[in-house]
Amino acid sequence: MRLPLSALIGLVLTAGFFLMAIFAPWVAPYGMAEIVGDVWEPPSAAHLLGTDNIGRDLLSRMIYGGRTTIVIATLATVLSFSLGSFMGLTAAVIGGWVDQVMSRFVDLIMSIPTLIFALVVLSVMPVTLPVLILVMGLLDSTRVYRLSRAVAVDINVMDFVEAAKLRGEGRMWVIFREILPNALSPLVAEMGLRFIFAVLFLSTLSFLGLGVQPPASDWGGMVKENKDGIVFGIGAALWPAGAISALAISVNLVADWILNRTSDLKGGRGG
Amino acid sequence: MAEEPADTLLDIRNLRIEATVYPPGEKAHDIVIVDDVSLTLEKGRVLGLIGESGAGKSTIGLSAMGYGRGSIRLSGEVWLNGRDILKGGVRELRRLRGKEVTYVSQSAAASFNPAKRLMEQIVEAGLEHGVGTRKELEERAVRLFGELSLPDPETIGRRYPHQVSGGQLQRAMTVMALVPEPDLIIFDEPTTALDVTTQIDVLAAIKKAIRTTGVAAMYITHDLAVVAQVSDEIMVLRHGRKVERNTAENIISNPQEDYTRALVSVRSIEHEQKQPTASPVLTVRGISAAYGNKVQVLKDVSVEVHPGQTLAVVGESGSGKSTLARVITGLLPPSDGEIAFGERTLSRALEDRSKEDLRELQMIYQMADVAMNPRQTVGTIIGRPLEFYFGLRGKKKRARIQELLDEIEMGEGFIDRYPAELSGGQKQRVCIARALAAKPRLIICDEVTSALDPLVADGILKLLLRLQKAEDVAYLFITHDLATVKAIADSIAVMYQGSLVRYGPKNKVLAPPFDDYTDLLLSSVPEMEIGWLERVMANRKMESAGN
Repeated sequence: MRLPLSALIGLVLTAGFFLMAIFAPWVAPYGMAEIVGDVWEPPSAAHLLGTDNIGRDLLSRMIYGGRTTIVIATLATVLSFSLGSFMGLTAAVIGGWVDQVMSRFVDLIMSIPTLIFALVVLSVMPVTLPVLILVMGLLDSTRVYRLSRAVAVDINVMDFVEAAKLRGEGRMWVIFREILPNALSPLVAEMGLRFIFAVLFLSTLSFLGLGVQPPASDWGGMVKENKDGIVFGIGAALWPAGAISALAISVNLVADWILNRTSDLKGGRGG
Repeated sequence: MAEEPADTLLDIRNLRIEATVYPPGEKAHDIVIVDDVSLTLEKGRVLGLIGESGAGKSTIGLSAMGYGRGSIRLSGEVWLNGRDILKGGVRELRRLRGKEVTYVSQSAAASFNPAKRLMEQIVEAGLEHGVGTRKELEERAVRLFGELSLPDPETIGRRYPHQVSGGQLQRAMTVMALVPEPDLIIFDEPTTALDVTTQIDVLAAIKKAIRTTGVAAMYITHDLAVVAQVSDEIMVLRHGRKVERNTAENIISNPQEDYTRALVSVRSIEHEQKQPTASPVLTVRGISAAYGNKVQVLKDVSVEVHPGQTLAVVGESGSGKSTLARVITGLLPPSDGEIAFGERTLSRALEDRSKEDLRELQMIYQMADVAMNPRQTVGTIIGRPLEFYFGLRGKKKRARIQELLDEIEMGEGFIDRYPAELSGGQKQRVCIARALAAKPRLIICDEVTSALDPLVADGILKLLLRLQKAEDVAYLFITHDLATVKAIADSIAVMYQGSLVRYGPKNKVLAPPFDDYTDLLLSSVPEMEIGWLERVMANRKMESAGN
C-alpha cells in the first residue's frame, strides 16, 4: 500500500520523538539538572541550544523533558482508553438502567471544565507522577467512553451480535470478540488525537505549576521557566513550545492517516 | 450506418461501460461493466431487461439518459430521437432528462423529498422544461392518478410522501415520470421492494399507463415472471453481455440459451409433502406478543414443527412472521402462551435458557452480510459454535470446519477468507454452515433467500433440502415468497396482521376452497405466463393490504 507523504512525515517525526524519549540518557550531552554554564547563554558548539534560566544545558533538558512529557501522556492515554472503551462497550451491550446511570455520570463529570477539575484535584493531592497520570487518564476517559459507546450501540444491533447472543455467548465474548474488533478503527484514530490532547493538557498543567515538579523537566514547565527571557530577546522558551507543536502535528498526521484508512480495511465494514 | 427507420426511438450501438475499481490491498484496475451491447427500441414498445445483480442492466438503463453512476466511462453510441446523446454536452443532456426520458427508481420512498408535497415534486420536471403551465400539468397528474387507480385523485397530490403507502408512492412516481409526456420511461426494478399483493397493483398500473399513453419503456428487473407481464420484448443479460433477445412469448416458451432456460425453470423445485409424525420438535401454543405494552403484533398463534420437516410461515410485511421467530428464539418474551421444544418447555426469555436449548435451535438471517462479523474469518465464524458447544479445538476443529464447508459445497480455500471476500450466495452458505455446526434439531430461516438472485436462491433452497434429508433437521421457514413455499414446505402457516388465518399440511393449505386472504396471496405470485396479470386482476375478491 502507498503511504501518503503527510503520513510519512508524521510517522518519521513521531518515531523520532519516541526514540529520543526512550534513549534520553544516551542521547543527551549533559545531565538533566546539571548546571553547566551561565544563565541564558546563546547557542554554541558546547551547548547547541544554549542554556536555560539557571545555566542548565537546554538541549539536554529538552530531551529529558520530552521523555517525561511523552511517558506521562502515553500512560494517561492508555489508561483513558482501556477504561473508557471498556466502560463504553459494556454500557452499550448491557443497556437499560446500567447504561443510563453510567452515561449520566459521565455527562456530570464532563459538565465540569476539565482544566478546572484537574487544578482543584491536583491542588489537594500530592503532585506525583502516578497521581498526575491517574487524574489525566480518568478525566480523559469520559470522552473515550462517549465515543466507544456511540460506536458500540450501532454495532450492537447488527445481526452477527444477535447471533452471538442466541448462541449463548457471555458478555465478555460479545464485547471483546464481536464488537471491539469492529470498533477498533475509529478508536485507534481517536487515540492519536487524545494523545495530543494529553500532551497539551500536561503542558498546560506544568505551565501553571501543577504538573511535573522541578527539578524534573517537561516541555510545559520549561516554557514557564524560560518565559521571562522573551522580554530580553532570548528565545529559550520557544524551543519547548515548538517541540510541543511539532509532536502534536506529527501525531495528528498519523492519526489522520489511520482515520482515512478506517473505511477500507480488509474485511472492514463497508459503506 | 444508413438512415434511421422512422419509428426507432432508441438505438444503442456497441455500448461499452468501464469503471476503475480500487480494491483494498490490490492495485487499482479497470473492470468492464457492460461489454458491447447493442439494442433498439421502437416508439410505444416495451423492452424488458433482465439479469442477475451485476449483469449491468441498471447501468444500460441509465445510459439511455446519458447518465453514469460514479466515475464510470461510457463509450459507443446512444441514439435517441435521431441524435447521439453521448456526443452532446451537459446542456444537451439536461434538456433531455426529465423531458424526453424519465426514470422510475426502485425505492420511491427514498427518491421522494420527504419535506415537499407530492404534487410539487410531480410537476417539477415539467415546469422546468416548460412542457406546460402548472395548472395544465396538475390537471394531467390528477387524470393520471385516477387512471393508475390511486385513491382520491383530486387531493392525493396534497399529501406528503410519508402519508401514502409504499405501493401508492411507487405509482405516484410513475405519474411523475408520465407528466412531462416523455418518449421513453426507464423503470428500474419498480416493484422489487414491494409485497406481492402490492406489486400486482403497481404492475397493473404501470402496464395501463404504458398502454394508454403510448410511451416507450425499458423495464429493468431480475424477475422474469414480472417482466413477462409488461414487456413486448425481453433482453437477457449476464456479466454485462447480451445473452438473448426475443419476444416475451418466445423467451418464456422457447428459450434458446442455457442461461435463459435456467431462468425460466428457476422455480420448479419439486418437493413431496411428508406426513406429520407423532411428536413435534417444536410446539407453539397460544402465543401473543407485543412491542412495548401497546402494539400487539402476535395474537394467539399456535403451530407445530415436526422433526426433519419444514413449516413455512407466509405473510406480507407487518404480518408478524419475523416477530414469531423472535418470540421462539427468546429475544422477545411473549405476553401469553407457551413454547415447547420436544418434551421440554422453553423459558420465555433468552437468558434463562440452557446451553442445550440454545444449541438445538439455530437461526439463519435474511442479510448474510450483517449476520457475520466482518472481522472474523470463515473459519472463526463456523468454528466458534464447534468450540462453544462441543469443545473442539485445533486440528479436530479445523477438520470439522472443512467437513462443513464441503457439505455446503464450498470446498477448499475458503476457511481463511473474510466475509467481504465472498459472493452473496457464498455468504448465505457460510451462515447455513454456522447453524449446522451446532447440530441443531430446528433451524429458523428468516427470509434467507429474498436478498439473493433467483438462480442463487434456487441453489440455496436445494442445499437446504439436501441438508434436511442428511441431517434430519427441521426448518421453520419465514418468507413472503409463495414460490419458495411451494418448493420446500411440508406444512404452511399463513399469517395476516398478527393472526394465523390458515394452517395445515401443504397440500391442504394450497388446495381450494381458499379464504379471501390466502386467495389474494396465492393469486398475486407472478407466474411465467403471458396474460397472467390480466387474468388475476379480473378475478380478485379482496383489495391488497397496501392499497
